[in-house]
Amino acid sequence: MDAILQQFFNLDIMAQAAPLVFRGLGMTLLVCCAVIPLGLVGGLLVALGSRSHSRLLRGLLAGLIDLLRALPPLVLLIAISAGLPFAGIRLSPFACVTLALFLNTSAYYGEVYRAGLESVPHGQWEAARCTGMTAWQTLVHVVIPQAVRNVLPDLVSNTVEVVKLTSLASVVALPEMLYSADMARSVTFNSSPIVLAALIYLALLWPVVRLMSRLEHRLGT
Amino acid sequence: MLDIRALRKTFGAVEVLKGIDLKVARQELVFIIGPSGSGKSTLLRCMNRLEEPSDGSIFVDGVDLLSPKTDINLMRRKLGMVFQSFNLYPHKNALGNVTLALRKVLRKSAAEAEAIAMAALDRVGLKEKAGNFPSQLSGGQQQRVAIARAIALEPTVLLFDEPTSALDPELAGSVLAAMGDLKKAGMTMVVVSHEMRFARDFADRVVFMENGEVVQDGPPAVLFGPDAHPRVKAFLSELSH
Ligand SMILES: Nc1ncnc2c1ncn2[C@@H]1O[C@H](COP(=O)(O)OP(=O)(O)OP(=O)(O)O)[C@@H](O)[C@H]1O
Ligand SMILES: [Mg+2]
Repeated sequence: MDAILQQFFNLDIMAQAAPLVFRGLGMTLLVCCAVIPLGLVGGLLVALGSRSHSRLLRGLLAGLIDLLRALPPLVLLIAISAGLPFAGIRLSPFACVTLALFLNTSAYYGEVYRAGLESVPHGQWEAARCTGMTAWQTLVHVVIPQAVRNVLPDLVSNTVEVVKLTSLASVVALPEMLYSADMARSVTFNSSPIVLAALIYLALLWPVVRLMSRLEHRLGT
Repeated sequence: MLDIRALRKTFGAVEVLKGIDLKVARQELVFIIGPSGSGKSTLLRCMNRLEEPSDGSIFVDGVDLLSPKTDINLMRRKLGMVFQSFNLYPHKNALGNVTLALRKVLRKSAAEAEAIAMAALDRVGLKEKAGNFPSQLSGGQQQRVAIARAIALEPTVLLFDEPTSALDPELAGSVLAAMGDLKKAGMTMVVVSHEMRFARDFADRVVFMENGEVVQDGPPAVLFGPDAHPRVKAFLSELSH
């Protein structure tokens, strides 16, 4: 019992590792701040494109989305960080992570938005167009607000996934939280820093997950 | 005002409108009746190009509605439409439903849009409900908000597609009363409905459609009287059973 406490819940080591882990948290949040807005916008564009009149565009997007959803995000990240230099493109680890997670998450956000757009009845389009609004105005002021509201729990849930995915950045040596905690572990030969990181992830995401199930509950009734 | 000539509409191989001629004069209320599937909704929806007519012409105040040069968004604003299912925006309150197009299409300031919208809501007796969301309104109130949304844009014609069919008779009354007030105020209206009493009281002309054709077009006294076309009589007697 004591050994377990020593190995996983050593407060001294946690305190030592804390500055490093919290700096890692800063990087994790930075990646989130880049990927989440990009993904939200990219996903919306994907969803709108999937409803375009152009069959070519629809086909291309459908193929791209399938590819991105089938490809494990870790594979995508390694492909980008190891593959792009061969094409003469050198990106910083931060840019690689942002690009990989942006591509991955746009595909998922795209699917969520698509379901949202489909959930808005056609009568809403007709009513708005009958008042002289353009298709674009109708989309922005009538359809998208309802679509987002209808799939809010799924949007939040996908956002939680993005935060968790940032831990993949450790494989390209981006010092986000998991990477930093693992550094501290390898230096101290003690797992407490990882536990600290886990606790921070929990503290960060648990409230969101709670909120989400309340949201789902409310929309479900 | 509204001049429809030889209007045809086909869905795939099915011809739903088979050459409709219809004129609506200023301040006139034209009431369209006919059996289910006769093409009433399709005709109405062609009038603001929610459906694209296959052939024929539609002129609104002398403007060729079907010309590619016509700004359809500008014309639609002048052709208000009220739907059977209200189609209010659920994420906006009554006031927001009415102000949206005033703001975005007519580019009114917030204050101006609000003043116009309140006046429109007042005309349908719902000034006090301006802050209510559609889910907090009865069906009759929702439909009156939809009417306010249309009239706020000062349309030249108002099109109604079975505005009371989704409502209980008690609630339908308030909607019909609001429509009657509009008629008295000089609004030009085309109404598809089964409310024959309203037609008797307010219609200038009643048009009976069947199988995509106009069978008879005349004053209510004629279509509801002994000189009605036999098929009109058959339709009306079936309705009253
Ligand atoms: N989008 C469409 N695609 C194919 N057929 C259609 C479409 N809309 C209408 N129709 C057909 O056109 C015919 C006329 O329909 P319409 O809705 O105009 O009739 P209606 O007179 O309004 O009937 P109701 O009293 O039931 O509302 C019907 O046979 C219907 O099935
Ligand atoms: Mg109909």
